[in-house]
Amino acid sequence: MKKIPMIALAIVTLLGGLLPAAPARKMIQVKGSDTMVNLVQILAEEYMGKNPGTAIAVLGGGSGTGITGLINQTCDIADHSREWKPKEIDQAWEKGVTPRFFVVAVDGLSIVVNEKNPVDQLTMAQVGALYRGEIKNWKTLGEFQEPVSLYGRQSNSGTYVFMQEFVLGNKNYSTDMKEMNGNAQIIEGILQDEGAVGYVGVGYLYDENHRIRKGLKVLKISKEPNGAGYLPTDGASVESGAYPISRPLYMATNGKPKGDVAQFLGWIVGPEGQSIVEREGFFTIGEGKYKAANDKNFK
Amino acid sequence: MSTKKRRDIQESAIRAFFFACGILAVLVLVGIFLTLLGTAVPAFREIKIAEFFGHTRWDPTSPEKAEYGLLSMIVSTLMVTAGAMLLAVPVGIGVAAYLSDVAHWRVREVLKPVVEILAGIPSVVVGFLGIVLFGPALAKLFHTANGLNALNGSVLLAIMSLPTIISISEDALNAVPKAYNEASLALGASRWQTLVRVKLPAALSGIIAACMLGMGRAIGETMTVLMATGNARSFPHGLLDPVRTMTANIAIELGEVPYFTTHYYALFAIGLVLFVMTFAVNLAADVVLRRYQEREQ
Repeated sequence: MKKIPMIALAIVTLLGGLLPAAPARKMIQVKGSDTMVNLVQILAEEYMGKNPGTAIAVLGGGSGTGITGLINQTCDIADHSREWKPKEIDQAWEKGVTPRFFVVAVDGLSIVVNEKNPVDQLTMAQVGALYRGEIKNWKTLGEFQEPVSLYGRQSNSGTYVFMQEFVLGNKNYSTDMKEMNGNAQIIEGILQDEGAVGYVGVGYLYDENHRIRKGLKVLKISKEPNGAGYLPTDGASVESGAYPISRPLYMATNGKPKGDVAQFLGWIVGPEGQSIVEREGFFTIGEGKYKAANDKNFK
Repeated sequence: MSTKKRRDIQESAIRAFFFACGILAVLVLVGIFLTLLGTAVPAFREIKIAEFFGHTRWDPTSPEKAEYGLLSMIVSTLMVTAGAMLLAVPVGIGVAAYLSDVAHWRVREVLKPVVEILAGIPSVVVGFLGIVLFGPALAKLFHTANGLNALNGSVLLAIMSLPTIISISEDALNAVPKAYNEASLALGASRWQTLVRVKLPAALSGIIAACMLGMGRAIGETMTVLMATGNARSFPHGLLDPVRTMTANIAIELGEVPYFTTHYYALFAIGLVLFVMTFAVNLAADVVLRRYQEREQ
């Protein structure tokens, strides 16, 4: 007879687990870019604090995962740090999904090395050559005798695709690149590895006190050899395009956003949301073309 | 209806239920195999089998030319697994021998549950330890730039396959008839001689089966190696190179692959290769174990 109390206990626990879930609230599902996941998580928390009626779940997984999610209608909003490929848009249309894109922040994609590395500035061509595996040792670029150790993302990452298109000139990555799960893992790798070079979203450069993490060095990037180099942490040069590897960060919805989704998106691109974007190290969308495009897509 | 008749019906209903359960397991296995096979075969409409197994470059999303060479990943998987076995087998057999023959019963009471708890640690947690603890330690030990390499994966997989190896080996050692032990000691052999020359050989097939089951666990493990081995796609030249295993590759690419494309089918083909490998290892373990049990009877 000893078993009966145990079974009763099990049933009670089971019911206890099920009951609170019964009156399900409508939850906004957000999925995609790992570069954006922390930012969007913070935005969602602040928004839910002000609007207790709305529930928002934020998942990472990479831009490709978010885009696939929106196409398969398993999420309401897809975060993506690269543009959709024509193939993906075709697939969406085939399934009756009509994506609309909203720029919610601007990222200066940052090239970072270990602080022991004496290099301060690279040209776009040099970064491309490093990642294509054409430069094997740092001494090719200066005095530093250390094999190059490449850190990057995996192919489901929007940042991986963006780098491949804009910096590698649509050529293959070196197969020696270590492919990490997220921006934070790239940073961890670089902090330990003297020959390391990696690429991360600008928001990942900072520690909790909003200072650049100790042990990291952010490189200046120039467009031309001997040209002036700019830092991704400098908002003015990212906005003006003087920093060459900046990119918009998007959220996409299926068709015109409605109800809670529209309110959430509107709040993000509004003054409150944008001040959080800035606080987290990314850049605001400004008053220019991004804002105009967003306004059109809300209608 | 008589009581007997009702009991007969009850009896056969229960029997049918258990039979259905048994069949279900077989059906699931056959179903998985057929699904894998059906989804893997279309990959070879566009990929040559010789390229798939013979080339070292895997780059299905390349903007230049999609390539489907699995060889680097097969070698990586075998390397990480072999490394894990080199570490886990001696330690595992040692612990099993200690538990069955040397340890005081009080120590055994503590140690056995601890080993079993080790089996319950989620693989993400082990992978995390690989990133923050073993990786940096290995980098210092071998003077490499970073610890994201095959060796790190081997160490972690060794830890994960230890519980399997220990508990099955210990069962095998305990199953050796007491008479062997007593006869050996009565002939004047020391406890060490008895253990090494009598008990271990007598339990050998059980121990081999234990190691093979541990190896099956290591080949199929995904999350840990995904986090700890660096995932570089190049052909590995040693245990200190970063590697990407077949499991890690499926986990990385399946989330975003467009459905029903060559790339999608190719990932299932990798799954099939893995399935065949683990199936072969488990089957071998089973055959060895059965032979051992037959001899005991």
